Amino acid sequence: MSDVNPVPGAASDDEVLLRVENLVKYFPVRSAGLLGKREYVHAVDEVSMTVRRGQTFGIVGETGCGKSTLGRTIARLYDVTSGKITFDGKDITRLSQRRMRPLRREIQMIFQDPMGSLNPRRRVGSIIGDPFAIHGLASGAERRRRVQELMERVGLNPEHYNRFPAEFSGGQRQRIGVARAIAFRPKLIICDEPVSALDVSIQAQVINLLADLQAEFGLTYLFIAHDLSVVRHVSNTVAVMYLGKLTEIAPADDLFTTPRHPYTGALLSAVPVPDPDLSDQREQIILVGDVPSPIMPPSGCRFHPRCPKAAPVCVSEVPQLEPRLGDGPDHVAACHLPMAAGENLINFRPTIDELDRVVEADGSVLPGGAVSEGSKS
Amino acid sequence: MSFRTADGTVQAVRGLSFHIDAGQTLGIVGESGSGKSVSTQTIMGLTLGAQVSGRAIFEGQDLLTAGAAQMRAIRGAKIGMIFQDPLSSLHPYYRVGWQIIEMIRLHDHDISKADARKRAVELLKLVGIPQPETRVDDFPHQFSGGMRQRAMIAMAMALNPALLIADEPTTALDVTVQAQVLRVIRRMQEMFGTAVILITHDLGVIADVADEVLVMYGGEIMERADRRTLFAASHHPYTEGLLRSLPSYGGARERLRPIPGQPPSLLSPPPGCPFAPRCVYVMDRCRTEDPPLLPAGSEAGHISACWLPHDTAARAEVRRRVTESEPAQSPASPAGQVDAVDSAGA
Repeated sequence: MSDVNPVPGAASDDEVLLRVENLVKYFPVRSAGLLGKREYVHAVDEVSMTVRRGQTFGIVGETGCGKSTLGRTIARLYDVTSGKITFDGKDITRLSQRRMRPLRREIQMIFQDPMGSLNPRRRVGSIIGDPFAIHGLASGAERRRRVQELMERVGLNPEHYNRFPAEFSGGQRQRIGVARAIAFRPKLIICDEPVSALDVSIQAQVINLLADLQAEFGLTYLFIAHDLSVVRHVSNTVAVMYLGKLTEIAPADDLFTTPRHPYTGALLSAVPVPDPDLSDQREQIILVGDVPSPIMPPSGCRFHPRCPKAAPVCVSEVPQLEPRLGDGPDHVAACHLPMAAGENLINFRPTIDELDRVVEADGSVLPGGAVSEGSKS
Repeated sequence: MSFRTADGTVQAVRGLSFHIDAGQTLGIVGESGSGKSVSTQTIMGLTLGAQVSGRAIFEGQDLLTAGAAQMRAIRGAKIGMIFQDPLSSLHPYYRVGWQIIEMIRLHDHDISKADARKRAVELLKLVGIPQPETRVDDFPHQFSGGMRQRAMIAMAMALNPALLIADEPTTALDVTVQAQVLRVIRRMQEMFGTAVILITHDLGVIADVADEVLVMYGGEIMERADRRTLFAASHHPYTEGLLRSLPSYGGARERLRPIPGQPPSLLSPPPGCPFAPRCVYVMDRCRTEDPPLLPAGSEAGHISACWLPHDTAARAEVRRRVTESEPAQSPASPAGQVDAVDSAGA
């Protein structure tokens, strides 16, 4: 691949906190036979992006698209297969665990399942105090004071210092995770589905808390989630991921009003809207079939087997992330046949013949044309 | 209904009443612990050891007093069920088709094995499984999440039940797959006139598919309304709070307005309205007397359990007054506000 650097916006270096260039992460899987070729899960493939200081960069995608792997690879919880990660002006791609350690204070993570990331047999005070112990920064009464300060900051009662995680509700547990993450005022927090396990009313509490902390400490978030309305609400920039590749990156509002990639369009149309009038009016594009295996990703554009606009060029050529249809440098899409504003995918049929019909409008036949209204049994 | 536990008796559901007509979809929405799942499980006789009172009349028969044999004949054949996690409802050791065939032959003793198999293939085709003739012999682990859930729907619909209870059928699925599954349910409903009870926490799904909606909180019904009324002219403060805590779809990005505090414990429910501790409109009366479900607003069938005025104009007036007196939300303080309520509730 030539030296493409499809990074949106030529942001100056000190504005940029995190720069990811052509990042690749493969996981080996057991080969079929004794002499079989070694196979790899292409979890993250040639991903490039730029995260600016003090902003929230959202990543959306469905199960298995590689968004969590991307977050964890950036945090160097996994080794990088190839590519480059520059954090705060420093190349951290190949840093050893020992040299990575001081940077761990600056890159923190918040996970989806607050119960799974908290040791059930340890008291909350000692869990939140861990970062201080690990980095040898505070002990005894001083550590306790700082932990209680943190608990108060994230909306927990400091008197609950000696309680166990099980004694807290889901939302409160997520606050514990947040307290632990902000202990050292990190520069970057990677939030991996931080609110998806929470009830709606509690979810809003945690989102507001994250926003307050960002305003107060100038935090930068990498916000990974599958809920599009949440991602839109919190993010400045949103990237859409499909099968290990970023398919589109755009300022949040642009992405939702004028999606360029048909996958973004389909994703947006599938989201149920809590507004009966809106949901009655719109025609849903329903993608048929499942996401292909990341072990043998489709050639060309990885979305082509399910794309209503797929053409021969989509099978033969990998589209690059670049501005399409006169978009500014901030809005890039990896698509040969991008959607024009207001275009309806329902009117398109793929012009490749290797597959059955792939997409249909709501109200037409079921996949494969199996059922017509007359064939009731 | 209530459960005895080591910590005392949990009153999971209190005073629940609803009805559903053929071909209709009743959405039940509520947060974790609101009693939305346990109420339908009780109807199906799946809550062993629970203390239940009341009646559940299905096609003229009371399900709560029906014997085990009677219930076995009804479950699956007349009332189908779909659960959230399809992998744990399908037996991992048996082929998907075998499980559907078994289901059909259990209730229809006359059908031959070959015919049952043909029917299973037909059903899988109906719910959009590609190559049903070969996939019928797959094991559940060979199916993707969405396919498993569709297989569950095929199984639940195998005997054309009059009622389908779908308990969070799409919660474990991605949005694009969720759209597929919801469409299959809707299609089956149109074809067979099935009544559907859809339990979910997702207000978006409710807005998409429900005809009528029940809002549950703390084991009680807070409000019942048709879909449009619920979203456009809700009466109960809990419904209002739920809708306000959603990020707006499109439009300006305002600060979210969460419902403060935590859901109540069902071990010792407060004497008054279960929502009173978190309610912005709370009055003295709410803390002592549990409000009954009474007609609200102008739409027929719209009922709400709240002491606020049930007349639309008077309710709007109260809303206006409270909204105006709310402290201007400065971005620095709200975490502190939540803090205060949190520690009070914990």
